[in-house]
Amino acid sequence: MSNKFSRRGVLKSGAIAGSGLLLPTYLRAESHSGFTNAPTGSEVVFGFNVPQTGPYSEEGLDELRAFQLAVEHLNGEGDGGMLNTFSSKALDGAGILGKKVTFVTGDTQTKSDVARASAQSMIQKDGAVMITGGSSSGVAVAVQGLCQEAGVIFMAALTHSNDTTGKDRKANGFRHFFNAYMSGAALAPVLGNVYGTERRAYHLTADYTWGWTQEESIAASTEALGWQTVEKVRTPVGAGDFSSYIAPVLNSGADVLILNHYGGDMVNSLSQAVQFGLRDKMVNGKQFEIVVPLYSELMAAGAGSNIQGVYGSMNWNWQLQDAGTQAFVKSFGEKYGRPPSNAAHTSYVQTLLYADAVTRAGTFNPCGVVEALEDFEFDGMGNGPVLYRGADHQCFKDVLVMKGAENPTNEYDTLEIVETTPRAQVEYAPDHPMFAGGDLGQCNPGA
Amino acid sequence: MDAIILQFFNGLEKGSAYALIALGLTLIFGTLGVVNFAHGALFMIGAFCAVTLRKVFEISKVSLDPTKTDFLGKPLEVKTPYVEAWFGETIGSAMINYSVPLAILLTIPVMLFVGWAMERGLIKHFYKRPHADQILVTFGLAIVLQEIVKYFFGANPIQMMAPSDYSGTVNIGAILGMDIFYPVWRLVYFFFSAVIIGGVFAFLQFTTFGMVVRAGMADRETVGLLGIDIDKRFTLMFGLAAGVAGLAGVMYTPILSPNYHMGMDFLVLSFVVVVVGGMGSLPGAVAAGFLLGILQSFASLNEVKAIIPGIDQIIIYLVAIVILLTRPRGLMGRKGVMED
Repeated sequence: MSNKFSRRGVLKSGAIAGSGLLLPTYLRAESHSGFTNAPTGSEVVFGFNVPQTGPYSEEGLDELRAFQLAVEHLNGEGDGGMLNTFSSKALDGAGILGKKVTFVTGDTQTKSDVARASAQSMIQKDGAVMITGGSSSGVAVAVQGLCQEAGVIFMAALTHSNDTTGKDRKANGFRHFFNAYMSGAALAPVLGNVYGTERRAYHLTADYTWGWTQEESIAASTEALGWQTVEKVRTPVGAGDFSSYIAPVLNSGADVLILNHYGGDMVNSLSQAVQFGLRDKMVNGKQFEIVVPLYSELMAAGAGSNIQGVYGSMNWNWQLQDAGTQAFVKSFGEKYGRPPSNAAHTSYVQTLLYADAVTRAGTFNPCGVVEALEDFEFDGMGNGPVLYRGADHQCFKDVLVMKGAENPTNEYDTLEIVETTPRAQVEYAPDHPMFAGGDLGQCNPGA
Repeated sequence: MDAIILQFFNGLEKGSAYALIALGLTLIFGTLGVVNFAHGALFMIGAFCAVTLRKVFEISKVSLDPTKTDFLGKPLEVKTPYVEAWFGETIGSAMINYSVPLAILLTIPVMLFVGWAMERGLIKHFYKRPHADQILVTFGLAIVLQEIVKYFFGANPIQMMAPSDYSGTVNIGAILGMDIFYPVWRLVYFFFSAVIIGGVFAFLQFTTFGMVVRAGMADRETVGLLGIDIDKRFTLMFGLAAGVAGLAGVMYTPILSPNYHMGMDFLVLSFVVVVVGGMGSLPGAVAAGFLLGILQSFASLNEVKAIIPGIDQIIIYLVAIVILLTRPRGLMGRKGVMED
């Protein structure tokens, strides 16, 4: 009896079959659907790409909690959270276009190369149709570029650099979070009222895209008040000990220190500035003050009592009293036993906004989603009426000016809302010089 | 002038930490011949001994205050630390306030045990292996220890306060008729380091145990031939080095909020310190620690950075290159060490 299977034949067949299996999911899917990772079964996959380790990991982990909560609500589990208050009623809690939402997670380690590799794996291996995440603008810009090339939507979470929707804006990328320009526009008038218009500011700035644009924005808005900028000093991310950078502040003639730091760096630099007695000093006949333009609840908790009375800004805060905020805080608080951070809020909202856009567009095709999100106006998500501007894919909404709570009554009572700055005050033209040089380009479906 | 004096003191404080870690590294290398990449993790564990003690002191009994509500509108949980309930509010709050210096009492036995367990459980199996193997295994151990700490304490820095009596500033320029204020705790750290370094040198110089260890460092074989169990003493030296690193970490917590990777940040710089000081040289490690700390601080002056941008980030490595080119054994390195 002759053997029908020759060794060469088996090897050939195996090689062909193996090649087929090894072909990335998105290449297999797009051949019949016209866009990257078109969902073919009963499920659709989201990629949650956040820093689970590194200096911004606490923010990343809170983002992940919010993403998971959003998926529960999209699939009809839990109390529905902001689905009950969202002005668009396209979502019904039965998944998206009849498909159950599942997700994969990745650890960006707050490093652009790691984040890109993680996102690439989610797109190619896991078939993610949408990537979201953030916590560092450097990472967000890098992943946004990757998503543009791969033909999937990137719903940026925590990223505050002007560049994300400025010079590095992409058609496939959308940002709900506010930006450094908006922080400056909201914060400067309050600083002028509280500290006067004759101040000398010294900037310590994290040396990467977010730090640079925040420094530029805050310096521009405070100089417009009449403040002078004495010095702008760049510090490495993750420096740990900032004493060598703080000591020169003491003899610079500055009477305000602006800390363009975030996460663990901000906790350390603020604590060390207080240790050096900066807030006890009188300079130029005025009390020395510290400003932290971008706040987060997690940073405030880390900085402890050092943050008391220090001004900053936020995208959102759990203490807001609108129906959307209350619904989200209730869902998140009951699931995790703590109030959500503003990083968690933007992550949750971005996930719902994507799902809503897909439903309204009737397709997961990125170009359909882009069309549905551009110039979309909505409400009920905790920030009042919001516009997703089509020209740069930046959300415009009210901005909060915050202050470290003077007399905290419990562990979450770290920040208090000083002012809700109306949206009109933080708006700018898409070609504003701080955002110039960018081009959205065309949406890329990946096919 | 003020800025120069301030940066000099900053350099002393930074140099203190570098010197303490480098001293432990050199002790281990000089006695056991092991290049210990887990030494930064020992510094980190010391810091987390302080965090642990404060968390223990802050364990509280919880009662509900129906007159106040939490963020979900439920009755507010009011926490009263057990130490305040048991020892009275004055003593209890003082224990929490002084948790960092009190943590020294916890850190010493913990670090001696950790050092002993590391040496007996893992590192002794790598004595006769190449340095590359030792580096790999100790680096792996450091990552494991980091991840354990991260699992229990999270990834974010944990704010630790110096005792309120030492949390202000002191006028260090008063003697010169100037007003130059400097954080008290950073001065405390410098003096604490000086005491520890002096203690280690005195122990090695003036005790029989230390004399045998020094003899073993110079010629292990001959000491062994005299019937002395030098391995046992070297194991104890590993524990001592771990203790020094731990103490350096525990007292550093009010200066730098502890996080799980703080040890790795210091480790690289401390290795440069050891190389600049001279492999195996204890005085070299201490001298290089302070020298590099001070140079790094001066390089952070805006006036210096205006001339050479970014010099603050590379000064330590630049000095290391110059020293290695001109004195390949480092400032005080001994002939024959790491030269085979």
